[in-house]
Amino acid sequence: MANVFVRIGDWVNERAPGLAPTYRKHMTEYYAPKNFNLWYYFGSLAILVLVNQIVTGIFLTMNYNPSAAGAFDSVQYIMRDVEWGWLIRYMHSTGASLFFVVVFLHMFRGLMYGSYKKPRELVWLLGMLIFLVLMAEAFMGYVLPWGNMSFWGAKVIVSLFGTIPVIGSHLVEWIMGDFLPADATLNRFFALHVIALPIVLLLLVVLHLAALHEVGSNNPDGVDVKHGPKGNRWDALKPADGIPFHPYYTVKDLFGVGFFLIVAAFIIFFAPTFGGWFLEHDNSIPANNLVTPAEIKPVWYFTPFYAIVRMIPSFAGTAVWGVLAMFGAIAVLFLLPWFDRGQVKSVRYRGTGYKVALTLFVIAFFGLGAVGAGITAEVIPAWFGNVDLTTWENAFGRTMTLIYFGFFAFLWAYTHFGWEKTKPVPDRVTTHD
Amino acid sequence: MTKPTLLMKPELLMKRLLPAFALALGLLFAGQPVAHAEGEGQLMASGSNIRDQASLQRGAKLFFNYCVGCHSLKYMRYSRIADDLGLTEQQVMQNLNFTGAKFEDPVISHMPAEDATKWFGKAPPDLSLEVSAKTADWVYTYLNTFYLDPKSPIGWNNTTLPNAAMPFPLWELQGEQVAVTKPGSDEAEKLELAHPGKLTPGQYQQATRDLVNFLEYVSEPAALQRHHYGVWVLLFLALFTLLAYLLKKEYWKDVH
Repeated sequence: MANVFVRIGDWVNERAPGLAPTYRKHMTEYYAPKNFNLWYYFGSLAILVLVNQIVTGIFLTMNYNPSAAGAFDSVQYIMRDVEWGWLIRYMHSTGASLFFVVVFLHMFRGLMYGSYKKPRELVWLLGMLIFLVLMAEAFMGYVLPWGNMSFWGAKVIVSLFGTIPVIGSHLVEWIMGDFLPADATLNRFFALHVIALPIVLLLLVVLHLAALHEVGSNNPDGVDVKHGPKGNRWDALKPADGIPFHPYYTVKDLFGVGFFLIVAAFIIFFAPTFGGWFLEHDNSIPANNLVTPAEIKPVWYFTPFYAIVRMIPSFAGTAVWGVLAMFGAIAVLFLLPWFDRGQVKSVRYRGTGYKVALTLFVIAFFGLGAVGAGITAEVIPAWFGNVDLTTWENAFGRTMTLIYFGFFAFLWAYTHFGWEKTKPVPDRVTTHD
Repeated sequence: MTKPTLLMKPELLMKRLLPAFALALGLLFAGQPVAHAEGEGQLMASGSNIRDQASLQRGAKLFFNYCVGCHSLKYMRYSRIADDLGLTEQQVMQNLNFTGAKFEDPVISHMPAEDATKWFGKAPPDLSLEVSAKTADWVYTYLNTFYLDPKSPIGWNNTTLPNAAMPFPLWELQGEQVAVTKPGSDEAEKLELAHPGKLTPGQYQQATRDLVNFLEYVSEPAALQRHHYGVWVLLFLALFTLLAYLLKKEYWKDVH
């Protein structure tokens, strides 16, 4: 029997001699730093969720009806009459939210350990493109169940383009294919959600990984193992602090996968709506252009960006500034490698200013999320009594917006003028488990 | 004319920034999701539990006696109700189905929509997803806060959903509540039972709890399966994760 496998292997090898070296390059002879910590699980988990979204998505499309007349009913059909349909849908909807959890943590890891810095700028840029496409993918997916929040969410988000002077209103009609989110909108969002964007996403993920494996992984010490001493158990010329990705990190990631699946399964089986955060109450009401939900807000992962739109006032007769600021909030992330000129990568050896700034940045991100999700609108009256909500919320939200953008401005000045007092970076990685 | 901006007045800046920072810190510890803005504080706890099959059966009976005249459950089949509530086809067809529908048919009310619109101002909504849309606590509170209101065209009003179009169908069970208003105000401060109904207040609360329980089940019948399989999935994953951890430890022994 084993002989058969060897012969098949030889047969393939003869016809595709590049295959085995490719596998070695990316798995068994890809030497990753041996000191990855908890924060290094989220990349592989993002791939896991991506695969989950594609597989469950394929099964959902088999029973979903992409029309304004049939979409809502077909989702209930999946939930009630399709065998295991409820499980597939909850895996998909929970997966969407957990995708963002994982990606946000993955990006934060990059910020902490300076993974965006030279020579990994391209890895960071491709990652940011993934994030951008993922947001478009998630937004369109959210519209498909055609609940009332789908409808109004789509209307509000697409209307943001309407603030662009001169062409705005035409652009909105062009995107929706109608004057309101309607059958035409749903049809094209479906096409983009199930075909166009996933293809782009997959391509970008391949490029992200290819770019990463070209330069090698960063690590919690921010030490480039490729430039350190050479020679490990497997190869005299490879980094001394590197270990083969397979099997060491594949088994380690397998443990991460197990732990992540416990969390995911708990949500899927015991709290699939997650108290209205992952699946919103108003989406149990069919889309209705005559009934506005009490509070229109995007699903949680968009709330920090949505808050920025709300916090920027309109002036010079246009509200486009808020929209520009929202896109700007993502654009500055793209440019992070050029804002930050510091030579030290890891937060472990960076100056106090960076640690404070990063903490404030995280607080601002959560603070903006709270504004976008309507938490501040509840909390301010509850804590401070009968105060003017708009004034307080604006003061808070604008402060958070200022801190968000201030992080990037500070980082530039801090590193450009040499104000940062860094600690000495060790020659070798320090810890591993 | 224009409001002073933050940059123009430093003392204003401080006045507004300080609460902002206090709020930022507070929010880090406040993780409660915002479910419903309207009347959230006053909602009563429904105490519903869809794993209580007897309660589901009692709730179904109430629904088919008092609600189905106007409200459909268009996503719910009679046959599924029988399966999930431990009832036979005969029991369901004799005790719950009054419209002559087939066993596999969904629960559709016989009230014509045009007539309903004429009588109530709007057609009674389908209740298949009512609990998903409003939460069990909201529906429970709603069913407990009807009161006699001579100013309302239907004679009834509701503190949870003011000016509700629905007359109170369960009045013979609960009796008639009246509103005690604040002096010099029309606003209902609390409700008092003026005429008792067939049930005591405790029995009525249990009855509405059963009804809400049934509607919660109807809004997501898969919840029964979720809970059933969920435990086993978690146990399997716990074992898997433990083995993965041991495997990792074994492999990593030789990493120094």
